[in-house]
Amino acid sequence: MDARRGSLPVPRVRQVGFFTPNAQPAPTRSQSGPPDSSSPPLSDSPASNSLSPVMIPPPRHHSDNLAAAPRPTSPLPVPEPSPFRRRGADNNNALLVGSYNPAETLLAMSPSSSHVGDGESEETMSGGWFRRSNSGKLASSLPSGTFDFSPVQSTAEALKPNKVQNPVGISEVSARPAPKEQQPEAPSSSKQPKPKLTKAERRALQESQRAAKAAAKAPGGGKSVAAPEEVATIKSVKQHQTQKKDAPQVAVSVAASERKGGDKSQEKERRKDAPAPRMQFDDKSRVEKAKRRSVVDQTEAKKRVELFRHLPQYEHGTQLADLESKFLQLDPMHPAIYKVGLQYLAGDISGGNARCIAMLQAFQQVVKDYSTPPEKTLPRDLTAKISSYVSFFTQCRPLSMSMGNAIRFLKNRIAKLSPSLSESESKSSICTDIDRFINEKIVLADRVIVQHASSKVKDGDVLLVYGSSCVVEMVLLHSHELGKQFRVIVVDSRPKLEGKALLRRLVAKGVHCTYTHINAVSYVMHEVTKVFLGASSVLSNGTVYSRVGTACVAMVAHAFRVPVIICCEAYKFHERVQLDSICSNELGDPDAIGKVPGRMDVNYLNDVSNSGNLQLLNLMYDATPADYVSMIVTDYGMIPPTSVPVIVREYRRDHLLI
Amino acid sequence: MDFQVVVLAGGTSKELVPLVSKEVPKPLLPVANRPVLSYVLEQLELSNLKDLIVVVEGEDAALRVGGWISGAYVDRLHVEVAAVPEDVGTAGALRAIARHLTAKDILVVSGDLVSDVPPGAVAAAHRRHDAVVTSMICSTPVSGPVESGSVGAKDKIKKPRRFNIIGLDPTKQFLLYIASGAEVEKDLHIPKSILRAVGQMDIQADLMDAHMYAFKRAVLLEVLEQKQNFHSLRHDVLPYLVKTQLKSEILLNGTPQAEENGHDKVTSESNQTIISQILANASTPRFHEVYESIHNGSPTVQRTHKCCAYIASNSKYCARLNSIQAFSDINRDVIGEANHLSGYSFSVHNNIIHPSSELGSKTTVGPHCMLGEGSLMGDKCSVKRSVIGRHCRIGSNVKIVNSVVMDHVTLGDGSSIQGSIVCSNVQIQERVVLKDCQIGAGFVVSAGSEHKGESLTRKEK
Repeated sequence: MDARRGSLPVPRVRQVGFFTPNAQPAPTRSQSGPPDSSSPPLSDSPASNSLSPVMIPPPRHHSDNLAAAPRPTSPLPVPEPSPFRRRGADNNNALLVGSYNPAETLLAMSPSSSHVGDGESEETMSGGWFRRSNSGKLASSLPSGTFDFSPVQSTAEALKPNKVQNPVGISEVSARPAPKEQQPEAPSSSKQPKPKLTKAERRALQESQRAAKAAAKAPGGGKSVAAPEEVATIKSVKQHQTQKKDAPQVAVSVAASERKGGDKSQEKERRKDAPAPRMQFDDKSRVEKAKRRSVVDQTEAKKRVELFRHLPQYEHGTQLADLESKFLQLDPMHPAIYKVGLQYLAGDISGGNARCIAMLQAFQQVVKDYSTPPEKTLPRDLTAKISSYVSFFTQCRPLSMSMGNAIRFLKNRIAKLSPSLSESESKSSICTDIDRFINEKIVLADRVIVQHASSKVKDGDVLLVYGSSCVVEMVLLHSHELGKQFRVIVVDSRPKLEGKALLRRLVAKGVHCTYTHINAVSYVMHEVTKVFLGASSVLSNGTVYSRVGTACVAMVAHAFRVPVIICCEAYKFHERVQLDSICSNELGDPDAIGKVPGRMDVNYLNDVSNSGNLQLLNLMYDATPADYVSMIVTDYGMIPPTSVPVIVREYRRDHLLI
Repeated sequence: MDFQVVVLAGGTSKELVPLVSKEVPKPLLPVANRPVLSYVLEQLELSNLKDLIVVVEGEDAALRVGGWISGAYVDRLHVEVAAVPEDVGTAGALRAIARHLTAKDILVVSGDLVSDVPPGAVAAAHRRHDAVVTSMICSTPVSGPVESGSVGAKDKIKKPRRFNIIGLDPTKQFLLYIASGAEVEKDLHIPKSILRAVGQMDIQADLMDAHMYAFKRAVLLEVLEQKQNFHSLRHDVLPYLVKTQLKSEILLNGTPQAEENGHDKVTSESNQTIISQILANASTPRFHEVYESIHNGSPTVQRTHKCCAYIASNSKYCARLNSIQAFSDINRDVIGEANHLSGYSFSVHNNIIHPSSELGSKTTVGPHCMLGEGSLMGDKCSVKRSVIGRHCRIGSNVKIVNSVVMDHVTLGDGSSIQGSIVCSNVQIQERVVLKDCQIGAGFVVSAGSEHKGESLTRKEK
């Protein structure tokens, strides 16, 4: 491996966003040297820990990549994600490369693979999702092609199971198979014991696979083959071969399809759990396709910041008028849905909880007014309807993670409806489910959080809050009602200035407040004793995904050794892992940053914004690494950020079923 | 979408007197050879609003309108025509049909609106803000004839008439003040509370209330019920609602709230308040909420309601046919700059000449003209920027500029018509010169006469 790496020419690197011209983007996983396995993953490289997630990787020298140095302090932008990552890295670099192109994976197996760097840089870009989708795809690309050059890839093969069966660090990684290629670990592991096949065997195998595929297609309507079935095929083929070469292939496929029945439901369920792959908006053809389907006529913003091209960004202002004018024309859209969509688009509703509640209440209206069309069943038709509404919401504004979880819950409930229920019964059952979700997951959760968090507020405290989070506000008000003596510093940021509304309400209730903007946060942090922050979502590596600026506040607090307490309902937890706030974020109206709130006539950037050299970036969210978070207060209690995956794992079923 | 549409078609309007008559009530006045009501109906049909109530003043007129609608829209729209007595006003008309109104929101459209603003936009703005009333506001149309090189156009200066004085909040979403231009002599009266709550108010005189409203049904009916002396929507109901928006006297009876939140009786009251609070805190506060929250401490709880405005963009066409001037303006625009409204396809010369019409030799029909079916024109005629109806017989050497000639009109040789409106069945004899005249239906203009700025009608028998 090392020899191979040594022969590497300068890797072709796709440079994205901020980069220094002479350096490579930090190859996060390219240290091919033996890892110092003695050090636990989280404790090493302190330098890395103090770096921000939105970090620009510092320039690295070429030699760093090639020298098999014993793990230089890597500029990993975030605390080490999981142990398996590195383990994979020293096993086989080439294989680990998470290229999105299956063809490339084949290339990677050829000895002259020179695109390790290439794959890596793609990998680093693809960020949060990478690990899971890769394992599926990588494996899936093998069965078709690998049989033909088994000698070459035998080494690789031998190492692969290590990696594929490795998904320990992240909870239930396999929950997210790539939608199309579906034969994950099975073929490789089954193939493991037999090193070489004869030509005849190989041909038979291929044919049987083809037959199995055809069989799977015929009833399943293009649905992919479940993994264990593949094993069955292979095995049965081998049996056939030992007995007689020209055994009826039909039997194989029949057996296969029989096996499939049981696995399919499981498979399906798994797939339903998985969020749809996020659309990358720098993919032109896909954007075109999506546009044709879309209800809202959106014009893509022309000037976009290079690094955030993959995120949707539209010309603001045109959408609302367009959507409004179509109000009565979109027949299938329920008015409640439309109203909420409009409110999202216009920014009338913001904030994770409020958006989620508004959406659920709209869905409730939909369910109430719903009647199953003839020759359709309620669960299927209603699910399809809700999916279409969800895509409408997405067009209005990208969904928040809390909404994603709520939608998942709702769909699950609909799917789990007992078929014996009558239509009205199922409708009322769904409505009560929605109510329960709102009450238990949001309202009650908030109450519990308030109880917990206000126990942390002591007399004489100076609490710093950022932006306007509804839970944090409740905590403050509750503590105030309890008669605790404390002061609040409301930190705000342009362009939305959400803190103003919070400040108004706090002052009205008689809470002592100080109001400042985020650029002064380091000055006020001296006197602060605790920082309370809200979150849009908490990811399973403990990263807190929240309103942009939160990370900054948390980091400043960390530097001043002020505890940072995040208040977040558990339904906003997500099993995704995200290391930076680039790969998944939301872009706001870029013109908003040039405007002065309250003075619509003033726009200092007006004269320059038309020049091609200026691109405006208005990010909505950022990711705070777990290191800066002292505690997360959720409805399950007060937990350290490292315990988030536990909650995600243990209570996930609970979330979906209540 | 739970919207019910009421089209207030009107009857025999006094302002349009030489043009309208018993035979041709206002909704059936031809604009580019189509009844003006068809423009509204088609716009509504485009928006999928197919259940309409058309309110017509006067039984006679209602019969005629009903007859025309059932003929023209027999399988496209589901229209109920309701007749109300004359002079009840728009508010009275709605009062009369109140029991037919069932939907949550009512869209009230004037039948004389010629516009391409989608009604859906008004409805959407209404729903988004959960408003009590939403009014469509458009910029004032330019009236007066377009300069066409004719000598007579000189004395008419293009000046936008003042239709309304409209006060808006800085986001231009809420209506703070409305008065029609005629009412305002010198001073405006604006409640201080509104000014204080909003902080800043833009008062604009170049906007016009287009008379397309979305009302919350409960509120509309309540106001109509309580204020029996309210006569017109525009002059009474809307200003009243706007004026009292911060001191709402409408009880609302919890109706809208109950409709929205009726489902969670299961949930405890406190949960409900928390949810509503979360929602309220998350939304950007409008001045209404701010005002409410400030005055929450006071013993009398202030109730507010929202009055929204939907401002149509300048690129949209929007005009009301409520005067003779407007009639000729709209006719000119529909075949001119706003020709997408007419629904006809224009020829390469930018005019419409029906294939069945016949033109004599050396007769020219200029751009922005329309010639209805079966019309005959003699030799050496010239038509500029004019609409000519069906089955007209026009002699030779006739000049028609900036005029509207309706159906079955006979024009004698050598006559010249400028800036005039000639109604149906008019007979104009030889060498008549008309300038800025309105000729009522069936009138006979004797040969060689010359009229300027006159309105000629047949004596009522």
